[in-house]
Amino acid sequence: MGNIVLPLSYLIGSVTFIIGLKMLSHPDSARRGNLVAAFGMTIAILATIFLFRDHEGNALGNYLWIFGGLIIGSIVGTLAAKKVQMTAMPEMVSLFNGMGGACAMLISVVEYHHNPSPATGTLIVIVLGMIIGTVSFAGSIIAWGKLNGKIKDKTIPAGQAINFLLFAGIVALAVAVIGGFSTAPALFYGILALAALYGILFVMPIGGADMPVVISLLNSFTGVAAAFGGFLYDNPVMLTGGILVGSAGTILTILMCKAMNRSLKNVLIGSFGGGAKAAASGGGDKQQGSYKEISMNDTAVLMAYASKVMIIPGYGLAVAQAQHACHELEKILEDKGVEVNYGIHPVAGRMPGHMNVLLAEADVPYEKLKEMEDANDEMGQTNVVLILGANDVVNPAAKDDPASPIYGMPILEVEKAEHVIVNKRSMKPGYAGIENELFFKPKTSMLFGDAKKVLQDLVSELKQV
Amino acid sequence: MDSIAQLFTDPATYRLLTIVILSIFLGIEVISRVPSVLHTPLMSGANAIHGVVIIGAIIVMGQAPSDDYLALTLGFLAVILGTLNVVGGFVVTDRMLEMFDKKKKKK
Repeated sequence: MGNIVLPLSYLIGSVTFIIGLKMLSHPDSARRGNLVAAFGMTIAILATIFLFRDHEGNALGNYLWIFGGLIIGSIVGTLAAKKVQMTAMPEMVSLFNGMGGACAMLISVVEYHHNPSPATGTLIVIVLGMIIGTVSFAGSIIAWGKLNGKIKDKTIPAGQAINFLLFAGIVALAVAVIGGFSTAPALFYGILALAALYGILFVMPIGGADMPVVISLLNSFTGVAAAFGGFLYDNPVMLTGGILVGSAGTILTILMCKAMNRSLKNVLIGSFGGGAKAAASGGGDKQQGSYKEISMNDTAVLMAYASKVMIIPGYGLAVAQAQHACHELEKILEDKGVEVNYGIHPVAGRMPGHMNVLLAEADVPYEKLKEMEDANDEMGQTNVVLILGANDVVNPAAKDDPASPIYGMPILEVEKAEHVIVNKRSMKPGYAGIENELFFKPKTSMLFGDAKKVLQDLVSELKQV
Repeated sequence: MDSIAQLFTDPATYRLLTIVILSIFLGIEVISRVPSVLHTPLMSGANAIHGVVIIGAIIVMGQAPSDDYLALTLGFLAVILGTLNVVGGFVVTDRMLEMFDKKKKKK
């Protein structure tokens, strides 16, 4: 009986992954899709634990260890995922992705440790799985560090040449190990070390704002690493699950790049390091003009007597956890007869859809969230635009400065509105590390401070107007 | 050359190869048009799915000789990390998507 149930369980697993991914790509069914895939995963895992037999028909042992690991992992994973702040979710995903990569790496290491000279085919699978898993692990940890600000953007001199050399080194060592030229374990662990270094240096120079794209790419890497595990154990569910994520992840990565109107190559190689320098030298003279500040009181009056206000949220809103205060402001303005809408840039915040999720949490009605095109259409009739901690997505350089690294990215054209009020904590440039000319325009007024505090003050001012 | 020919002549390998090729196309087809709002949850969901690597970890763990402490330790670590990937991945995705549910009810 057992020998039928196991393949059947794997088949169910594979099918639920496909259906799950399909459902995840539609807003109405997304949440159920996630549960469907989780259900299939549970079945596949349980079936493996109890029904797996090796070639000699032996069942698995070490149940205490297996369940110990599963229980610890489940408790820690659930707590981490439940506790994490809305704003920190992308880095959490990156961290979990790294765990998957590390898992694939460890599997290869243990298999190699069991048998350092297996059949060539098996050895290829072990080595490749280890390389990709390690790159994904190391890269994800760097991406995680970048997103939570622990690791700063760094351009490494001759970084591309070093990366190329590392890559060549990995290939050479892999050929030596697989070809059987040397059976020294040091070689195998040498590959591991190089792969880890490669993962770190690969992500290091990429700007923090591009991290979601990188995470998505590393996500598909881990998928491929999992698929190598499927080859190793002749396991169909690992193979389908891994490859599906590998290919779907690649497509998703490309889609994300498209949303920013950039190519994947541009994100990975033409990272902001080189581009920002060009912008600084090209546009240095016209920037650093003078900006003007606006008082809380003036802002309140300006907004209260506007007929149409557009709020443009960005990462600053997310950091300050100001979504509820923002909804407060919207309500009090609506009570005064002002029409309030939100202009949502597709890549505002640290991940696509970040702002929608945040504002939905604060119960902002769905209809008020305007997508970029609609928001730009309405901009001309808008009296006041209030920018809350957004920067690069409203930077006019994306439209008129070909030297700018974000040139070509569609932006919210706030300059079409009558007044622009920018709330920021300081004049520091945004995540892409480039100056924003918008702040120096005559139409623009700056309102410095933490988004949450500013919004609360604004609400109390408005009550007195 | 022999090993390449083997990909097609060995039935087991050929079967795996077929699965790989078909899965690649399937992955591309399934994710053809996704609204940008869903990019992150989808990435997160896919992230949880590749946690299927846990199955490999379970097999490694289950086959480790009980006196091989290195294999036991690394295998144990692999099971923990794999589980983190699966469980954490699905839970975090669910939390992201919870927001969409709320939004729809308001509608």
